[in-house]
Amino acid sequence: MANKSVWSDNRFWQRSATWVTGFASILLIWLTFDTSAQIAMGNDQDLKNGVTKRVPGPTVINYKITYEMSAKRGHEVPVIGEKEKFFGRDDYSEEEAGALLHLGKLGSQAKNCMDCHTLLGNGAYYAPDLTKAWLDPAWGPDGAMQALTGKNTKEEAMAEFLQHPDQYPTHARMMPNLGITAEEAKGLVAFLKHMSSIDTNGFPRNFGHMQGAINGK
Amino acid sequence: MANNHLTSESKQLATWYFTFAAIIFGAQLLFGLVAAIQYVMPGFLYGVLDFSIARILHINALVVWMVFAMFGSVYWLLPDETGIETVGIKLGKLLFWIFAAAIVVVVLVYLLVQVGPADATTIWFITEGREYIEAPRWADWGIVVVALGFVANLFLTGIKGKQTGIVTVLMADMIAFAGLYLAGMFFTDNISVDQYWWWWVIHLWVEATWEVFVGSIAAYGLITMIGAHRKVVEMWLWIEVAMLFGSGILGLGHHYFWIGTPEYWWEIGALFSALEPLPLVAMFIHVLYDWGKTQGGEEAKGSDVSVINNKPAFTWFVLNAFGNFLGAGIWGFFHTLPQVNLYTHGTQFTSAHGHLAFFGAYATILVGMMYIAVQGTNGLKVMKHTKASIWAVSMITGGVVGMTVALTIAGYVQVLVSRAQMGATWAGYFDGQSGMWFIQAMDWRLIMGAVTFLGFVFLAKDLLTTGKNPVHER
Repeated sequence: MANKSVWSDNRFWQRSATWVTGFASILLIWLTFDTSAQIAMGNDQDLKNGVTKRVPGPTVINYKITYEMSAKRGHEVPVIGEKEKFFGRDDYSEEEAGALLHLGKLGSQAKNCMDCHTLLGNGAYYAPDLTKAWLDPAWGPDGAMQALTGKNTKEEAMAEFLQHPDQYPTHARMMPNLGITAEEAKGLVAFLKHMSSIDTNGFPRNFGHMQGAINGK
Repeated sequence: MANNHLTSESKQLATWYFTFAAIIFGAQLLFGLVAAIQYVMPGFLYGVLDFSIARILHINALVVWMVFAMFGSVYWLLPDETGIETVGIKLGKLLFWIFAAAIVVVVLVYLLVQVGPADATTIWFITEGREYIEAPRWADWGIVVVALGFVANLFLTGIKGKQTGIVTVLMADMIAFAGLYLAGMFFTDNISVDQYWWWWVIHLWVEATWEVFVGSIAAYGLITMIGAHRKVVEMWLWIEVAMLFGSGILGLGHHYFWIGTPEYWWEIGALFSALEPLPLVAMFIHVLYDWGKTQGGEEAKGSDVSVINNKPAFTWFVLNAFGNFLGAGIWGFFHTLPQVNLYTHGTQFTSAHGHLAFFGAYATILVGMMYIAVQGTNGLKVMKHTKASIWAVSMITGGVVGMTVALTIAGYVQVLVSRAQMGATWAGYFDGQSGMWFIQAMDWRLIMGAVTFLGFVFLAKDLLTTGKNPVHER
């Protein structure tokens, strides 16, 4: 026994494994408490008082959202600006906006969006990332999708496309018709607008700015 | 099965699990082929079996066959390790049929119903629509019950019988495996919270509990197949557990870079996920070291026979040592740092890593366990390679490596064109997808997928017939 080294002792390694696992687990649980507080959804009061939340409340759909470079943080962050009409209104109450967001999030799961698209970068890679889809120039006033769908606003163009994707082919890889109703489409667009307001630490980088950069010197 | 040499009921149950796992493995490859064809010909089965459904079936079949093969592996090794018959064998058999029937129902719903209205009935009865854990909630609860029954069998047997290091590790690991599933069973409107807990299931399963499971199986395999010294093997196992949990638990941070979570996850995720390849190097060395040590010991005694009593299984185990390190370790490390991941996240890079990692780290060793079961079922003293087993291992491995290389190239195109140049918009995305290099890469992925599927046909043939083959020593 005298010559036996601790390095070849199974009990030493068993204890090491237990301590390392325990330590890592406790650290993870502690970080989870901190993160949970930081990613909890904000509310209407925060938005009215200009308090920035990583995940703003559902009434963010009453406001204009942009994605701007933050000199302090060194990457782009969502900026919530002045009031903006969403399906003709900018006075959705906390309950109304919450119900729309609920319908949209549920709809995104019921229609399996994540098995073609990525949301917050997670999902499948068969179709474009939807993290900041609300801010995509394609849906903007000069974008191709408003003209294609014959609608006057971003949200109406998006809702129309979601209900009849097979009528508006943008690529050979067409989105199938998933039986999305008008109400569900409205919820899904609210969900997309809300998601674009989430602070994703600058992901995706340079979103929307480099459009046409190849030929547009 | 005729000519059955199994006296242990636990081992017989294990063969049920392995058989069902192999069938689902085939289904996984079939639906993978459909999805690969859709990348090349987007009109293929449009409106009938869309990409989203093919992909659900491809990925869920992968998870299910691996879980089945894991349960099978545990039922197989329990009598050997504990020295007694598994305690609740009747319960185990009942749970097998419940689990298998539930999966058939879920698959039929995916194929025939596919999507539902945006209300709770869809979540309960059709799909939860959350990548990898799409199973409807009724099935979730079923899975929890089945997993708890399995864990109960493992614990009751482990407590009653001999507790080796391998059994002790499995007991701790499988309770974490079952418990973590609960983190993915709720609905929230907050997608950041949703993703936060979703990764507790996905990451902590795959990069922590599954890897520790593989360590235990590798340890068992080395003792069984080459007669490696238990004390040495179990010492490696404990070192691996320390390293795997030490890096894997906080390595969770690499999924928290961009989902709305605070910036401190950049540093935590970068540090711990950079450590994640280390235990895989250890597992790699472990297998080759023990093999060399045992063979060398024989040669020192003047014997020149191989110490391996199951050549096909051992081939798959060695492939596991390589594949785990390459697929999970190297391909994972490629894009794990936030500075790189900002551009590579959500591109075919992830898919390349996923294909090689799941194959290298899990498929290989589980197929190896199937060969060990075939050897035991047929009472073979030494199992050799057959033509079919060599074709199977070559074509499956070659196919998966080919797919990985193709997807890596596709990922490069996406990063350069869609992300760096075009800024990740809708138009930028399709510019990347329309690039010639991307299209060629997807053609190659399909070809290599077909090669993999052919390899599977050889594998199925070999698993079914090799027991009767006269080349083996009885």
